[in-house]
Amino acid sequence: MTVVQICVGSSCHLKGSEELVKRIEAEIAAHGLEDEVLITGGFCLGKCNREGVTVKVDEDVFTGVTEQNFSEFFKERVLSKAKAGI
Amino acid sequence: MSEKYGKTNKGQLFLRCMMKNKRVFDTKVQYLKYKVLREVARRAWDDTLLESLLDIPKTIVPGKTPSMRCCVYKERAILAERVKLAMGIGKSEQSIIEVIDIACDECPAAGYEVTDSCRGCLAHRCEDVCPRGAISFGHDHRAHIDKSKCVECGRCSKVCPYSAIVNRKRPCQNACKVKAITINEEQTAAIDRDKCISCGACVYQCPFGAITDKSFILDVIDLIKKSRENGSRIYAVVAPSISSQFTYAKLGQVVSGLKQLGFHAVVEAALGADMVALEESKELAEKDFLTSSCCPAFVAYIKSAFPELEEHISHNPSPMAALAKYIKDTHENAKIVFIGPCTAKKAEIQRKEVRPYVDAVLTFEELQALFDSRDIELTSLEEDVLDNASYFGRIFARSGGLSDAVAEAVAEQGLVPEVNPSVCSGIEECRTALMKKKRGVLAENFIEGMACTGGCIGGAGCLTHEEKNKSQVDSYGREALEKTISEAVAILNLK
Repeated sequence: MTVVQICVGSSCHLKGSEELVKRIEAEIAAHGLEDEVLITGGFCLGKCNREGVTVKVDEDVFTGVTEQNFSEFFKERVLSKAKAGI
Repeated sequence: MSEKYGKTNKGQLFLRCMMKNKRVFDTKVQYLKYKVLREVARRAWDDTLLESLLDIPKTIVPGKTPSMRCCVYKERAILAERVKLAMGIGKSEQSIIEVIDIACDECPAAGYEVTDSCRGCLAHRCEDVCPRGAISFGHDHRAHIDKSKCVECGRCSKVCPYSAIVNRKRPCQNACKVKAITINEEQTAAIDRDKCISCGACVYQCPFGAITDKSFILDVIDLIKKSRENGSRIYAVVAPSISSQFTYAKLGQVVSGLKQLGFHAVVEAALGADMVALEESKELAEKDFLTSSCCPAFVAYIKSAFPELEEHISHNPSPMAALAKYIKDTHENAKIVFIGPCTAKKAEIQRKEVRPYVDAVLTFEELQALFDSRDIELTSLEEDVLDNASYFGRIFARSGGLSDAVAEAVAEQGLVPEVNPSVCSGIEECRTALMKKKRGVLAENFIEGMACTGGCIGGAGCLTHEEKNKSQVDSYGREALEKTISEAVAILNLK
């Protein structure tokens, strides 16, 4: 099970964490990984004031996830991990 | 913080704690309390509190000329008691509101009395209106009240054209609407622990500052210090009434100040309010009648004065507890400090169902002292952001907001029945509504109970209590990006 924690603290929230949640949920459903990936929210992962949203995948923290780089991020950081878990 | 002193025309030292000409506190009592807290905090940060504890009273009252009491020695003796309470040391572990015996001025409490303003007139309206025949006249033609007959109805006082009859009542007893304050054999105010709901009304009203709330500022400093070593993260959960406080700075600067103090993140308790509104509306749809559970003083009041209505108290935790639980459930090593206007929250976190989730409670007064103990000038800081909750979560801070939010939640979810709230501002209105419910004559199906008049913005731990505070809360609510409760809470339903 891969745990994806998306920061919903004030700073990331204003940078679009809500949109990001929807996109990740959609992608996970599209790949049929509902049982492999757990999406949770988090308040501030301590990486504020940078571009984009901060996301923690298991123990790794990634910052600067935006609309533009989302697909790449999902493929490399989430999809690969989740598939490895199967 | 700069302190400006001015002289009134009477030559008395007139002190106002000013910052850019905006008032920080309502009264000098609050300012004195603040100075003690600031000194205690300063020493705690440097780890010098234990050795310099006894110097604090002299630091605050130097020299030989008294400014508050009969002599500087009494002033310092009282300050020593304040230091103890600022350190969280009181008469018992559970009590939050405490009387400083030596600070109590033993105010007159004789009830209705005829003063020298009585001119000994002919009309004797006071005598005619008295339902008990308690008023008689002596050789000087002046009125006299027979205390054994007087029932304190106050009619004589109302009809006297010279306002010669006054009601001498202690401000603390006047403030305490749950009648928990009595006078002991030494003429000092005493608090009945079984009745006290820790609302803090007496703390704010006592003109001598003889009643005060115990502080847990040292616990907060300790949490922050330990977090540097053990990797724990401290979350400040701030009450929405903060929007009417620290008005000399921007709210975003207060958030920056908190982070500078060592808090890891600042989260709006209003998000907890959104969560509670949603759950409470469902609970209301299940049961036919509910009383709110957000105000800990109101909950304590039902338990002590109306135990037969206890079953109707919403089973939902308060917004503070709901959000704290959520944060602790989803974050490892999280510590929660609630910051708000409320002294009763200090009692709430002693309850076993809340204790695991909230580590300490600070009032706005105490937060001001904490900022200044680190010489943090809010006005010089960058503005950080604060956005977690909806309009409805934010307006919980003022009377009527909770009912509006529950009504909104009912509408958003299409629940039945509709909310028909009895909005009670202040514990007296709460008592009336509860009394009606007890007798089965309450028409409404929901009691919004707030122990402080005006809601949380009237809380004893607020820096200021002004008319405009309510409109400030409303405009802060309107700034919320989330327009609905479901929208604000959606982010939490991830798990």
